[in-house]
Amino acid sequence: MQEGINIFEEDFWAISDALNRLLQGTNARAVLLIDKAGQLITSTGDITGLDTSSFATLSAADFAATSQLASLIGESEFSTLFHQGQREHLYVCLIANRVILAVIFDQRTNLGLIRVRTKSAVAELEKIFDAIFSKVERESEFPKELDADFTSAAEEELDKLFGF
Amino acid sequence: MALINYASREINSKIVFYGPGLGGKTTNIKYVYTKLQPTLKGRLISLATELDRTLFFDFLPVDIGTIRGFKTRFHLYTVPGQVFYNASRKLILKGVDGIVFVADSQIERFDENIESLDNMKDNLRSYNLDLNKIPLVLQYNKRDLPNITSIEELQKVLNPENKYAYFEAIATQGVGVFETLKEICKMVLKMLA
Repeated sequence: MQEGINIFEEDFWAISDALNRLLQGTNARAVLLIDKAGQLITSTGDITGLDTSSFATLSAADFAATSQLASLIGESEFSTLFHQGQREHLYVCLIANRVILAVIFDQRTNLGLIRVRTKSAVAELEKIFDAIFSKVERESEFPKELDADFTSAAEEELDKLFGF
Repeated sequence: MALINYASREINSKIVFYGPGLGGKTTNIKYVYTKLQPTLKGRLISLATELDRTLFFDFLPVDIGTIRGFKTRFHLYTVPGQVFYNASRKLILKGVDGIVFVADSQIERFDENIESLDNMKDNLRSYNLDLNKIPLVLQYNKRDLPNITSIEELQKVLNPENKYAYFEAIATQGVGVFETLKEICKMVLKMLA
């Protein structure tokens, strides 16, 4: 199996703090953190009416497709993407080569500010994720919450859900 | 690459439906979507061509409830089966936790199943993934059609050591769809523990 991402309490709050600072510092509408496999890690800001699961999946797909385009022209990766809409815009960049940061913003701010503030947030988040990934490598530090009891509880839940 | 968030108590895993073109991968996911109650499912996204062939992927998030305090969710993806979309197929396999291989039982599609399974192994290898370590379930689809290969023959080429669970299916009618899904979900959650 590929290396998973395990996020523990203190890392989660450090990530949330960094995202909130970015949100406030840029006046963006929302900031989302997504893993490269398309799963939403967390978000902050106004996500009212936004289907975050779909957003996360499509952002990851967008990034993956664009990376392939990059390699076709001899680049290893496009580290940032910008999508301009009529009212809402999207700025996307990569953290520690594994996590995608998406900033949704409108006319209350501007691309220059988003770009500058995102750069420093990425540096901060990179440190946090480097620490998270090195913890994942030291598996012995995992809390043992997902044990055999978890497996049997999961099987019961699946039996109930699928009704057979 | 399951995402386990101990702070928000969430587990997200990725299941990919792989197999030859027109084999029934999208049909599986669409059936799950139509039958699951609204509280358990998110939006079904299909990035398809105008002719309804999968271009990039289909995506359906499914919540299976809270297990030992963890909100547990599966993200179901299909890959485009057509041979020339391999770049897309490879991208979708990124971070996969479990695979359902949907084989087409029709005699004339026999070779395409083998080619697709080989292609899947190649793509997994490119991510340094070993099929022996990733949960895999086989689904022999289209069992209602007249000109089909026997299960024994399919097993002989696709599952010669009988290592993987398999299900017979008629995805258009929902036969075997939830049985397949349940098995792969169980196997993926078992890998987490």
